[in-house]
Amino acid sequence: MDIRASAEKTYTSMVQVIPQILGILLLVSLLLTIIPPEWYGMVFTGHPLVDPVAGAAIGSIAAGNPVTSYVIGGELLNTGISITAVTAFIVAWVTVGVIQLPMEMNILGKRFAIARNLCGFIFAILIAILTEVTLSLLGGIL
Amino acid sequence: MKQKGEMKKENGNGNQNKKYNSRFPLIFLGIVAGIYCIVAILDITVAIQALNAFFDVLRQIIPVLVLVFVLMFLVNLFIKPKAIAKHLGSKSGRTGWIIAIIAGIIATGPVYVWYSMLADFREKGMRTALAGVFLYTRSVKLPFIPVMIYYFGGLYTAVLTTYLIVFSVLTGIVCEVAEGKEETPVPKDKHPE
Repeated sequence: MDIRASAEKTYTSMVQVIPQILGILLLVSLLLTIIPPEWYGMVFTGHPLVDPVAGAAIGSIAAGNPVTSYVIGGELLNTGISITAVTAFIVAWVTVGVIQLPMEMNILGKRFAIARNLCGFIFAILIAILTEVTLSLLGGIL
Repeated sequence: MKQKGEMKKENGNGNQNKKYNSRFPLIFLGIVAGIYCIVAILDITVAIQALNAFFDVLRQIIPVLVLVFVLMFLVNLFIKPKAIAKHLGSKSGRTGWIIAIIAGIIATGPVYVWYSMLADFREKGMRTALAGVFLYTRSVKLPFIPVMIYYFGGLYTAVLTTYLIVFSVLTGIVCEVAEGKEETPVPKDKHPE
């Protein structure tokens, strides 16, 4: 591909992608403004099975810098929320993107995007359980 | 007779027909702008705070976006579909998985800035499973590992990171199965004129 064709192809992609990225950023900013970090802790009930699912669900709709999820996760741990719930929360935060799902479906295909996000949700819970079990076996539970 | 790759584009499993759906980005942005208008009517302070947050995040993302578009330009210019198909295609084997995992871990910025580049790679013959692996391993944030260690400890970070990498492979496989049978793409430079 020559320089002109390559530039044209990249430009076409930019024109398609930039409005979508702006839309996602606007939605993420609105969500960060509307939902205060303290809200996340109010959802957990202390139930060993429900809490990881709740953690994954909140992580899926939450958005922003992953460091924020670590900070919130650390605070949740200090308030007595289980490590399984916190792990599901921080894993879903980085692997599932409900807000950007329309953009992902548009660019990468519906089936791919839905399968990837569903996997992200289910695996967040599985990884959380496995992480707790592994830490227990290694004697490093938090 | 239609090529396999062309058939895939037409049956809805491929991404390219979606990628060039020119109306969606503007409709999407319009809907979001509408949501902001409603929020502004209900509470102008919240709308202004959200816009300020938007410009802050936008400033952080612009360098990554520039990097992605420069990479796309260079890939289009120098990397032939045959090469992508060889290293990231159906027959790339273990090397393809390792490349996708490492690339996902070292790629910076929000995951959605990479969608377009992945779509380009898939058009050039990248295996669907490896696109899934790349996106999943974006969850391993190398620069933030010290922060995670600070909050949760070294052992926790090591265990979680290992599981994230293992499950990235499972995610890739599920994505590929969900998309339908993987077809060997026909490299573009082999297409008849």
